[in-house]
Amino acid sequence: MGLLFSFFAVAILGVIAFVGVRSIHLHYFFGVIIPYLAFAVFIVGIAFRVLKWARVPVPFRIPTTAGQEKSFPWIKSSKIDNPFTSFGVIIRMALEVLVFRSLFRNTKMELRDGPQFTYGSTKWLWMAGLAFHWTFLVILTRHLRLFFEPVPFFVEILETLDGFFQVGAPVLYITDLIFLGAVTFLFLRRVIIPQVRYISLASDYFPLFLIGAIGTTGVLMRYFLKTDVVGIKELMMGLITFNPVIPAGIGTIFYIHLFLVSALFAYFPMSKLMHMAGVFMSPTRNLANNNRAALHANPWNYPVKAHTYEEYEEEFRDKMKSVGLPVEKE
Amino acid sequence: MANPKPEELIRINHVPPKQAWMDTRPDFRPGMFCYASKAKSLEYVGMPNPRQWSVKDEDWHLPENWQEIFIEGLRERVDKYRSFRLFLDICVRCGACADKCHFYIGGGDPKNMPVLRAELLRSVYRKYCTTSGRIMGKIAGARELTIDVLKEIWYYAYQCTECRRCSLFCPYGIDTAEITILARELLNLLGLNIDWIAGPVANCYRTGNHLGLQPHTIKDSFDMFIDDLETITGIKVSPTFNRKGAEILVVIPSGSMFADPGTFTTMGELLLFHELGLDYTWSTFASEGGDFGFFTTNEMAKRLHSKIYAEAKRLKVKWILGGECGHMWRVWHQYHNTWFGPVDYLEEPVSPITGTRFENAKSNKTVHITEFTADLIKNGKLNLDPKRNDNLIVTYHDSCNTSRGMGLLEEPRFIINNVCNNFYEMPENTIREQTFCCGSGSGLNASENMEQRLRGGLPRANAVRHVHKKYGVNMLACICAIDRAVLPPLMDYWVPGVAVTGVHEMVGNALIMKGERKRTTNLRGEPLPGMEGEEDV
Repeated sequence: MGLLFSFFAVAILGVIAFVGVRSIHLHYFFGVIIPYLAFAVFIVGIAFRVLKWARVPVPFRIPTTAGQEKSFPWIKSSKIDNPFTSFGVIIRMALEVLVFRSLFRNTKMELRDGPQFTYGSTKWLWMAGLAFHWTFLVILTRHLRLFFEPVPFFVEILETLDGFFQVGAPVLYITDLIFLGAVTFLFLRRVIIPQVRYISLASDYFPLFLIGAIGTTGVLMRYFLKTDVVGIKELMMGLITFNPVIPAGIGTIFYIHLFLVSALFAYFPMSKLMHMAGVFMSPTRNLANNNRAALHANPWNYPVKAHTYEEYEEEFRDKMKSVGLPVEKE
Repeated sequence: MANPKPEELIRINHVPPKQAWMDTRPDFRPGMFCYASKAKSLEYVGMPNPRQWSVKDEDWHLPENWQEIFIEGLRERVDKYRSFRLFLDICVRCGACADKCHFYIGGGDPKNMPVLRAELLRSVYRKYCTTSGRIMGKIAGARELTIDVLKEIWYYAYQCTECRRCSLFCPYGIDTAEITILARELLNLLGLNIDWIAGPVANCYRTGNHLGLQPHTIKDSFDMFIDDLETITGIKVSPTFNRKGAEILVVIPSGSMFADPGTFTTMGELLLFHELGLDYTWSTFASEGGDFGFFTTNEMAKRLHSKIYAEAKRLKVKWILGGECGHMWRVWHQYHNTWFGPVDYLEEPVSPITGTRFENAKSNKTVHITEFTADLIKNGKLNLDPKRNDNLIVTYHDSCNTSRGMGLLEEPRFIINNVCNNFYEMPENTIREQTFCCGSGSGLNASENMEQRLRGGLPRANAVRHVHKKYGVNMLACICAIDRAVLPPLMDYWVPGVAVTGVHEMVGNALIMKGERKRTTNLRGEPLPGMEGEEDV
């Protein structure tokens, strides 16, 4: 149900943009108003969500320790996977965010004859996840060409590297291929692996279809349908300088692409995609494992009613005395 | 009730059913859940809704406004725990955690995939705490909190041992233990506890320990240890209790005062402390290092453990030495200081024997006994004869809490390698931070849920079986009281021929003491290697 719902939801989004631009000629609406709105929702929404998390206290220091603790100088401690210092935490977080350290550990359980369980290393999800996120970032960065004149140097360097193989004209960007491949892989594993399919919700399929459609329309535009890049750049620069213009002659496919991107931006803050910000705030990863060496304060720590020694002795005094245990009151 | 045979139990189907998970109701199968809490246990500590009830009954005798209580409780807690709110918000359902859970591996129930176990509560959170869930309902993964949903949350909140293995693999560090801990806290608002947790909690509040051992009983227990030790070593150890002015307060799990093989660990510790001439005391009040309150609510956990520091203060000791126990150390290491700190009435722990400062424990003043002993051995303070343990071919089970909630991996191994000659590791994806739970942690070590325990413990047992066949391993060492209680039946079922020991039992056996008589038996009264014909008559 979730799968079909998401598929049609994305298809309908595409149709809305197509009809809106091609038949009703709402170029300004789809080229200016919607992107502005979507971007505003994106920024405000993310800020809202992050502040909401940030307002909630971290009552306890609960890092998941993934290696040897720091104890004695003669025992080698795991400074990154079980960090004792803030520096260790920073490295741990950097590895987590940049190379998905935890997912790299992934194993696959199999029950073989014997019976024997095995837990072999499996890197597919890690590889696809890494490929997906990094190529997404590269592609996003390449898009900066459309927002700045002159084009920033790092964008040009990135484009050169990305088009290293010099295949075709316009040059084929290797990230485009990897990106679509990774999205496809992530989708296929979701439908093919029975367990993953079982846990999948509409909110898992929808972003995949949406991002897949964005990638596909982008690729169509660049390699096949040939849109007016100069006009697009004029439009984009108009948007970011708050001086919006709608140049004539930009193909409908561009408006579909832009609308889907806007949909993604607007959807982002209310979705699981917030893991992008959330990962930085995860208490099992971003805290040092030094609980016994440094006090972690809980803002809502409150006194509790406990059974006191006096009450204990009161109840058991005779029994204590009978076996010679010292007591406070004779 | 008879347990299924191993060859039946091992036939596990990991493929989920066709029907969507929201549409399947839990099947309360005997052997797979624990008995309901008793009224008197909840009453004793003033927890909500004490009453007689039964899991199998249709009517769980909930308060009229149970839905409101649960949802209000949920809203309150997502505003108190960033972990909780974040973990309910950011899961992408990648499934990396799915086959990491021992209950899923050993049972195949898809709702024991950590992601789905969390979704049971997450779906309710979406419905009542998020705009999209409120509006979009099921399509946003949200669902009403019906009585069936509540029962389902109960069933699976008590099928998670809070071992955190899944959190190790989660790309966002989502910790199912955190979800389970808070789910159980919500359930406790309605009086939905299990007897095996509620009973020990009430005991612990009254007598200071889970088993309900009263002061004279504890004294009697130790008197038996003293007699046995004198028989074995010829040395009469003389531990003190509730003694003011001792340098160190020693706190161990009460299970190790009462039941084999934990008692042998305590006997090992008694020998060690005697040999060192340690100025220490036991307490009959702070007679429990573990904390089953941790398996009910944060407040109850804190209420039970208040006694540890209170007793340290009353007895005017300098610092606290904690024994071999798993969840005890998760609490001592990650919660104690926050609950009770700053602990400025105690002193920074220093080993009186080696002079080593325990820098990593300088704030909360509690040292783990394997840290203490590893330091002794490293500094050459112990005279050890590992040959006395030559009848043992040992492997080591990291307990979940000391490995993933602390990182105590090398200290016990260092000790084991110094007190025995035959030590073999289990496969690498089943030890250290990737260790598998015994299957009975977090208060699930009852007897009525034996099938659940045997299934949950299967991944651990299977790894032991591997080294049992390959190296002839016959002894499973551990540093956890629940392990020592539950691993023996688990081994008997899956890997007959493997016994269970605490690390300090082996220390006690290997320790050459000043003035001891020639030892012929180990602490269990079994002949030492090479002494088979020389037993005392």
